[in-house]
Amino acid sequence: MDKKQLKKSGGEPLVRIAKREGVPFWKAWGVRVIAVILALIVCAIFIYLVTKLNPIQVYKVMLEGSFKSKYKVLCTLRDTALLLGIGVALAPAFKMRFWNIGAEGQVLMGGLATAAVMVYCNELPAWLLFVVMLAAALCAGAIWGLIPAIFKSKWDTNETLITLMMNYVAINIVLCVTNLWRGEKSSMGTINMHTKAGWFPEIFGYRFILNIIIIFVLAIAMFIYLKRSKHGFEISVVGESANTAKYAGINVKKVIIRTMLISGAICGICGFITVAGRDQTISTATAGGYGFTAIIVAWLAKFNSFYMALISFLLIFLENGAAQIASAYSSLNDYAASIITGIILFFILGSEFFVNYRFVFRTKAAKEVKG
Amino acid sequence: MRVIATQYAVELRNITKTFGSVVANNNVSLNVRSGEILSLLGENGSGKTTLMNMLAGIYFPDSGQIIIKGTEVTIRDPHDALALGIGMIHQHFKLVDVFTAAENVALGLEGKEAFNIKEISKKVRAICERYGFDIDPAQKVYDMSVSQKQTLEIVKVLYRGADILILDEPTAVLTPQETEKLFAVIRNMKADGKSVIIITHKLHEVLEVSDRVTILCKGEYIATVETGEATELSLTEMMVGAKVTLDIGRTEPVNPVKRLAVKKLSCRNHEGVKVLDDINFDVYSGEILGIAGISGCGQKELLEAIAGLQPTLSGSSVEYYPPGEEDKPCQLLGKSAREIHERGISLAFVPEDRLGMGLVGSMGMTGNMMLKSYTEGHSFFLRSKEPRELAEQIKDELGVVTPGLNTPVRRLSGGNVQKVLVGREISSNPAVLMTAYAVRGLDINTSYTIYHLLNEQKEKGVAVIYVGEDLDVLLELCDRILVLCGGKLNGIVDARSTTKEEIGLLMTNLKAGDSNNG
Repeated sequence: MDKKQLKKSGGEPLVRIAKREGVPFWKAWGVRVIAVILALIVCAIFIYLVTKLNPIQVYKVMLEGSFKSKYKVLCTLRDTALLLGIGVALAPAFKMRFWNIGAEGQVLMGGLATAAVMVYCNELPAWLLFVVMLAAALCAGAIWGLIPAIFKSKWDTNETLITLMMNYVAINIVLCVTNLWRGEKSSMGTINMHTKAGWFPEIFGYRFILNIIIIFVLAIAMFIYLKRSKHGFEISVVGESANTAKYAGINVKKVIIRTMLISGAICGICGFITVAGRDQTISTATAGGYGFTAIIVAWLAKFNSFYMALISFLLIFLENGAAQIASAYSSLNDYAASIITGIILFFILGSEFFVNYRFVFRTKAAKEVKG
Repeated sequence: MRVIATQYAVELRNITKTFGSVVANNNVSLNVRSGEILSLLGENGSGKTTLMNMLAGIYFPDSGQIIIKGTEVTIRDPHDALALGIGMIHQHFKLVDVFTAAENVALGLEGKEAFNIKEISKKVRAICERYGFDIDPAQKVYDMSVSQKQTLEIVKVLYRGADILILDEPTAVLTPQETEKLFAVIRNMKADGKSVIIITHKLHEVLEVSDRVTILCKGEYIATVETGEATELSLTEMMVGAKVTLDIGRTEPVNPVKRLAVKKLSCRNHEGVKVLDDINFDVYSGEILGIAGISGCGQKELLEAIAGLQPTLSGSSVEYYPPGEEDKPCQLLGKSAREIHERGISLAFVPEDRLGMGLVGSMGMTGNMMLKSYTEGHSFFLRSKEPRELAEQIKDELGVVTPGLNTPVRRLSGGNVQKVLVGREISSNPAVLMTAYAVRGLDINTSYTIYHLLNEQKEKGVAVIYVGEDLDVLLELCDRILVLCGGKLNGIVDARSTTKEEIGLLMTNLKAGDSNNG
């Protein structure tokens, strides 16, 4: 008891946390680079202690996950683009503080609409087929975004729950429709295998280039939309405070509905790209969880398209790296690989704390006063 | 723990506290005797509350000594502070609404005592009797008036045996009558040998109640003086750090013309309670109409109803008489803020909640300039030149201190935030200018800047509505004062001939019968 008492009144706390003001650009990035280096060191210790492998060798393999061959690089860019695309779709909703957790479902619905057009309209001329596919995907995604927006603006329901639940509805619709389509076969299989109707063409002899171009254009457009357009201004005001929006004469309900239409529609485009440009088929795994990962992308980047691209790339790079390690080493299985990527992510995210705050240690002078 | 010979109950020596790069207190010293009332005087942002928070265990000083009754101590949390007999009554009450007075006192007590409500109630009653409080231990907090809640906060710390009491801006929310009652209680506590520190920036209260005054300015210790030797002017000069003239300079209204006619205005809040009940009054150009009342008596709803932000009950009417076309009145109710703006009705509104309603905190000055006018023009994109120029102009004319036009206004000080807001509203050349608590939380110089801006508008022929809480200012600034009481209009008085007491009575006692004679 006495000891406790003594400890309690033992003077100034050893460490205090203080906010940093106006951190210069280079310093912020310096902190982040240090974080990556530290992460690599910690991972190296982990790898060596557990497996006795040479960490440098392991890191090399990790790099190979994304860069070993032209095809790998292309896949990395393709996946980065998809993740970025969904992040771009979520950005306006989150900036409006509308918690759209339903990107997964919106992407799936867009993908399903694309697949349906590919299955039923494959006689159309190629250009018209693409237009119809795109329009169908846009509408499907937009409807999936619109429903929670209407509920929110009319009855003030909780959009988090509704968008989340709409994911499960979408998954089940996809399951149901693919079951109908595949008939007796054991799996859905590739759509229009022989005619390749509705498949994205190769550009410069490579697949996926069109995917990347579309997302690139979308990301730039969204950047301008949010920063420079009147709509973007309204989104910022509504996201900041509904009261301010009312004061400024903004029709909050209209903005919510319009923004969710856009958010859902872009998710729909991502579904279109995935089905027409990557899979040429549809399944519940088409969105592959990217609809959720993109939430992290959008928030970490604070809705800035360029940062979103950077973060998408980092996440995809880590994912590929982990997969490569797991297949290259028998002693480093999936789980160990996940731990390594986890450590790296932890350090990078954790570095944001050190960018914004600093530690103040107990000073000598203070100790002397305490005597 | 060193024992230090001192004649004081509390002594702070050379306290320094910084937040990031901001120095909140720099080498500040202060002392209080037992049985003494000390005023801690300073403008907003001068570090008064920070200093007291260190005494109450909420912050920890970077350096300096705290000596309580001759012992040097370390106060690491509010628990330590209470153990030393230090109790602080914060500006924002920390009470649980659905609990009774006694239950709120019980919260945070240790051991079995906390569960013996009967015993607690008995002790609470004893404390009330001793100091002349008026509190029923069984009353729920949500049934209490602001003044009763404050009393309960005081009882809470007295119950815990505090003999050093710190009150943070205790009169900010009270009517003149309630303030008198509070001062009587404080004097009782003084007679009982307790030390009381009152944080305030109201000079006449300092002179009325305290024995000594310690003055802070921008985090620096300025002086400690005996109240008997101080005057309002001498205190202000120490507080502001420069010579000031405390003169608002009211002019007579020049050919007033009816600009707004409010008739039978009623509205309900979310719970269905009538917050405005049959309000009738006129607003004239070239005058400042003050609106007084205890906070939450319908001031906010009244202004928001006129601005088109608050749904009203049927039968309500607010007619606007456009300048030059006074014979063609136009109904404002039923129109949204956007419609009012688009019809060219120049209604400017400085709401109470500056960052939550009037401005977008995360945007810079430029972005905020666009808030009401961004829709102008047919382009899909925002215009950037005009708002930037307007921001530049307001920054220069009103002396807004900001690192840049794109620095989020949330990061500016309260005074600068208000300058941005008022500046934008005035820049729209309004015919009617409504302000709610326009100087709340501002330092003296900025407050006077705002008063002068309002006077300037009045002289230009604008109809100005000024909702205020400081009765002294209302009396000096306004031409007429409308008093609200519980959502009803309780009288309109001539500011030149009325007294503070009369307004105080109108604020608290609803006149019987039809009082809408204005």
